[in-house]
Amino acid sequence: MQVYLPIAEVSVNAFLLLGLGGIVGILSGMFGVGGGFLMTPLLFFIGIPPVVAVATEANQIVASSFSGVLAHFRRRTVDIKMGVVLQVGGLIGAGLGVVVFNYLKSLGQVDLLVTLCYVVFLGIVGTLMFIESLNAIFKSKRAGSGPAPRRQRGWVHALPFKMRFRTSGLYISVIPPIMVGVAVGILAAIMGVGGGFIMVPAMIYILGMPTKVVVGTSLFQIILVTAFTTMLHATTNYTVDIVLAVLLLVGGVIGAQIGTRIGVYLKAEQLRILLALMVMLVCAKLGLDLLLMPDELYSLGAAGGH
Amino acid sequence: MIRFARLASSLAIITLLGLAPSAQALEEEVVLGLSQDRVAITADFDGSEILIFGAVKRETPIPKGPPLQVIVAVSGPSSPVTVRRKEKKLGIWVNADSVIVDSAPSFYAIATSAPFQEVISDTEDLRYRVSITRAIRSVGAAMNIENAQDFADAVVRIREDEGLYSLRENTVAVDQQTLFRSAIDMPSDLTEGQYTARIFLTRSGQVVSSFETDIDVRKVGLERFLYSMSREQPFLYGLMSLAIAVVAGWGASAAFRLLRQ
Repeated sequence: MQVYLPIAEVSVNAFLLLGLGGIVGILSGMFGVGGGFLMTPLLFFIGIPPVVAVATEANQIVASSFSGVLAHFRRRTVDIKMGVVLQVGGLIGAGLGVVVFNYLKSLGQVDLLVTLCYVVFLGIVGTLMFIESLNAIFKSKRAGSGPAPRRQRGWVHALPFKMRFRTSGLYISVIPPIMVGVAVGILAAIMGVGGGFIMVPAMIYILGMPTKVVVGTSLFQIILVTAFTTMLHATTNYTVDIVLAVLLLVGGVIGAQIGTRIGVYLKAEQLRILLALMVMLVCAKLGLDLLLMPDELYSLGAAGGH
Repeated sequence: MIRFARLASSLAIITLLGLAPSAQALEEEVVLGLSQDRVAITADFDGSEILIFGAVKRETPIPKGPPLQVIVAVSGPSSPVTVRRKEKKLGIWVNADSVIVDSAPSFYAIATSAPFQEVISDTEDLRYRVSITRAIRSVGAAMNIENAQDFADAVVRIREDEGLYSLRENTVAVDQQTLFRSAIDMPSDLTEGQYTARIFLTRSGQVVSSFETDIDVRKVGLERFLYSMSREQPFLYGLMSLAIAVVAGWGASAAFRLLRQ
């Protein structure tokens, strides 16, 4: 069944969009990532104009994250206090990110920067997580049982403005979470993603939060930041396609529910190694696109607007 | 009296000279019919086919010589396009040079009754801007870039691949040098606007008559409503998008809880 998208001005198969939404939704629920880093490139691939894909994806992430976070709320695996602190940083970051984005747009190299951002961040995050998860799996096998204590005492604990985050069992300064929020917010606005794939490892490795609350808290934080991004895109670029968003999110919210339940049956290390593999796969694909000679050297864009 | 006659005859000559080209053009004239003069883009729009048919009106017998040929060209609204070319820099492929093509139609389909080269001469093509390459204007192409024509060619190549530009030879049927018909496929990825259908009658490559009519391509119903809202009430539109997202997220979560119980 073909559907004509009013803002994107292309006609696409509705079931294809539902399916894509569903698959990405499952991953979103399992890993606590918005799934934007997978969905945005997939939308480019099926012919949605990039500006529309990025803006609409933000709206879809709101839906799948909201669906996912409700399940986590019931299981009490959301650190609301930490989430709010991250959101404060996230909003500042998203605002900064839009400024940076528009500046790069005026230079005409925004596509390259977005792709480079993807390759660099997905590459680093994916590789680190993969190595760490492998180590954790080997360690837990050797030790027999019991999760290895992962509580670093470093620069994070030496900073002022300490705050108690009871759900996470942390007593740390608010500066690192805000910094993480800002950094993820900037990247989210530039890359058109929720930023979960960076947020999740940052929470685990920098803030030292327990894996159990990381997923729910990440989803909680993503909702507000992507809602903010959606509004920015809708009011400045008019690029949010509501029909596309509805089709993606119907698949997405159902997928997220399934994914959250699958996530319960998997061990944290297994979850992380799967996420790491996926992140590395997307990174490799985007990296190859930069390195290999493209079939079509030329590309078209609307003049004037950019 | 003689003077008057001379004046009259010279006037007649002037009038004849002035009218000569148009008088010749009027010998054969297009009478056109369209299966539809508007295309409504609805939510389930999946492309459209426009039948273009017509007759040649003439007062005199069919002229001898090469047969009458017909060209049908449908074009979408034109807009400037930035064309970027990738180059390998520091090992990766990045956008380097760019050229702004002043005006390129969003859609362009040509149907002819014979191979294009036989139907219209190069000078006439230049004059009426019929062929795809001629329909694209890149007057102000930057002088500092070599092979600016490559950029214009790229527009044609990319849009041909996307099915937006097409030249279909031998797809106009001409009967008895009088009746003609053709069908133009409009793809599903249409943009809104005023489309133009042009019909040219040619003999030995010369245009003997042409006719132009508009086809209105518009979003209707829900498509129209959402599009207008996103432009006129962007804040409300954004809030609506978010509300739908939150409700859908909550709905799916609630539905799954019910399913599990």
